[in-house]
Amino acid sequence: MKKSSLMIALLIIFSLGIFGCSDDSSKIKIGVIAELTGDVPAVGASCKNAAEMAVQEINDAGGIQLGDKKYPVKLMIEDNAGKADQSAAAAQKLITQQKVTAIVGPNASRYALPAAEIAESSKTVLITPWSTAPKATLDSKTNAPKKYVFRACFIDPFQGGVLAKFALNDLKLKKAAVLYDVASEYNKGIAEIFKDVYEKNGGQIVAFETYTTNDKDFSSQLTKIKQAAPDVIFLPNYYSEVPLQIQQAKRLGITVPFIGSDSWGSEELVKLCGKDCNDYYFSTHYAADSASDTTKKFIANYKAKYGTTPDDVAALTYDSFGLLWQSFKTAGKNDRQGIRDALAKIPQYEGVTGNMQFQEGSGDPIKSAVILKIKDGKFTWFANAKP
Amino acid sequence: MAYIFQQILNALQLGSIYALIALGYTMVYGILTMINFAHGDLFMVGAFFCFLLAAYLHLSFVPTLLLSMIGVAFLGVIIERLAYKPLRRAPRVSAIITALGVGLFLENFTLALSPYPKHIPQLLENVTWTVGSISISSLQVLIIVLSLILMLILDFIVQRTKAGMAMRAISWDKTIVPLMGVPVNKIISLTFAIGTGLGGAAGVMYGLAYPVIDPYMGIMVGWKAFICAVVGGIGNIRGAMIGGFILGTVEIMVGAFFPSTYRDFVAFTLLLILLIVRPYGILGKPQPQKV
Repeated sequence: MKKSSLMIALLIIFSLGIFGCSDDSSKIKIGVIAELTGDVPAVGASCKNAAEMAVQEINDAGGIQLGDKKYPVKLMIEDNAGKADQSAAAAQKLITQQKVTAIVGPNASRYALPAAEIAESSKTVLITPWSTAPKATLDSKTNAPKKYVFRACFIDPFQGGVLAKFALNDLKLKKAAVLYDVASEYNKGIAEIFKDVYEKNGGQIVAFETYTTNDKDFSSQLTKIKQAAPDVIFLPNYYSEVPLQIQQAKRLGITVPFIGSDSWGSEELVKLCGKDCNDYYFSTHYAADSASDTTKKFIANYKAKYGTTPDDVAALTYDSFGLLWQSFKTAGKNDRQGIRDALAKIPQYEGVTGNMQFQEGSGDPIKSAVILKIKDGKFTWFANAKP
Repeated sequence: MAYIFQQILNALQLGSIYALIALGYTMVYGILTMINFAHGDLFMVGAFFCFLLAAYLHLSFVPTLLLSMIGVAFLGVIIERLAYKPLRRAPRVSAIITALGVGLFLENFTLALSPYPKHIPQLLENVTWTVGSISISSLQVLIIVLSLILMLILDFIVQRTKAGMAMRAISWDKTIVPLMGVPVNKIISLTFAIGTGLGGAAGVMYGLAYPVIDPYMGIMVGWKAFICAVVGGIGNIRGAMIGGFILGTVEIMVGAFFPSTYRDFVAFTLLLILLIVRPYGILGKPQPQKV
């Protein structure tokens, strides 16, 4: 009796040891939270594609080198269904059940914020590829930088400022109107910063109009904007809404140019917009047509694999994984805290969206932006904006 | 002045779409005293039918509209037969929960087919006329005129035909009417067909006016149309039309003269006040419960 229970106890300890080992050390688990369904599925699809490509590349090379052994990477993808609560739930599941070392995603700020809270409290690295809202990497209570949340993109104060100065100095348009989604973190943040910088630099905001997510009729606001007679209209909204806004504006007889932010940068925009979006400008993370060698190689591989040009989400997701691989190399071990410490002070990383650099005390990289022009349904490089 | 006129046009366009959808809620309620919460999603299915017919079969506007209406009407009748009819004698809550379930099914079924927002191709050449500083688009005129025509036809059917008389009779008294030889099941199917068919027409027009459609588009619009039906007096067909135009006008005008952030807040506060003054809606009649 005694002997057998001892045997069982030993067996349990032994098997725990084995499973523990096989779970923790034979494979490195990375989680992805993407918007595969919901209101911005194109974003989720790009993120998933780029993630799978990045992982396949590293696994084809034998995995991540830690010490004298190579460890293959296992990717775990969760759909957040375009919902804030499901983003938090997905983060929770990846961290506690799947025991991933790090998480990439979600992309849109309104989903990245709740997931980032979970990651921070569970001391697990989360890199959001595309969330530009400053709050994503800041502690919700103290406003101090979060310790475990990073991003691969620039932040809205920078982007909003770049766009305001672009409208004033390059386009020479002194009166602007803004129409934005007041219920969405990203849209609201960037609209306010645009207004601030534009007015400080001598511009005039003649109309500052809002709507809420899922609205389809903007006729009331656009009629008001038309009445205010702006020189340019700023639409910091998602690619699925911008075509409706531009088409309705044109139907109301508005002829001034539109400018937008990185949320425009999906091939879907052109598909939904047709000819109506030609000759407008938006700021984004990289230009597919004027690229360095690293970027060209990435674009070619992505095109060969998926048949489309990678958009900014794909490029930033790929860079998020690149940052992770570099952190693993520096850390030399598969350990959440170690990865965090290595990532926090990456001195220089040459990604497909340009050079970036992290400094201890901030999860936001130092990097530059580009302004693209939509020409005959193609995104073409127009200008660069340094940090 | 031109500004106000332009906003009135915007309000008429939005209001006529709300009115068309509200009709579906009110007709079903009038006959079955049941709220068909799947109606907003049937409206969404109408927009998707329009997309399929226009993008893949390259049909022109009139066949697209008619086929979408027929398709949605057919779907409405099937849903009634499969989901609601077995529950006709069950407590009202069961029917409402079933309706919500059907709505969720339609949303997620469409979502499962493809999660991407769809772009409906332009079916009609759009012309914008400019009078002074007012812009009138041909689409706007089409939506307003077509909705009015559909509502007039419906009014004619309900008020002047035998089937319409049967509908009114059933909504008046459900127990006696079958004894008079009125085929209740057929009339209920017809009501569902007409109500959801109008929802389908609204889906097509909505798809033309706001050509980016997605599986969730019916939720918010459906709620708003339901509110229109309640404001007009649920169960009353003319009330639903009036309710639609009231909500459209209030939404647009609040956006026009207040900061647009307050739009929904002010609009729905006004509607709540209206309901406090007239709890049965504008054209509704109080129906005392008999013990």
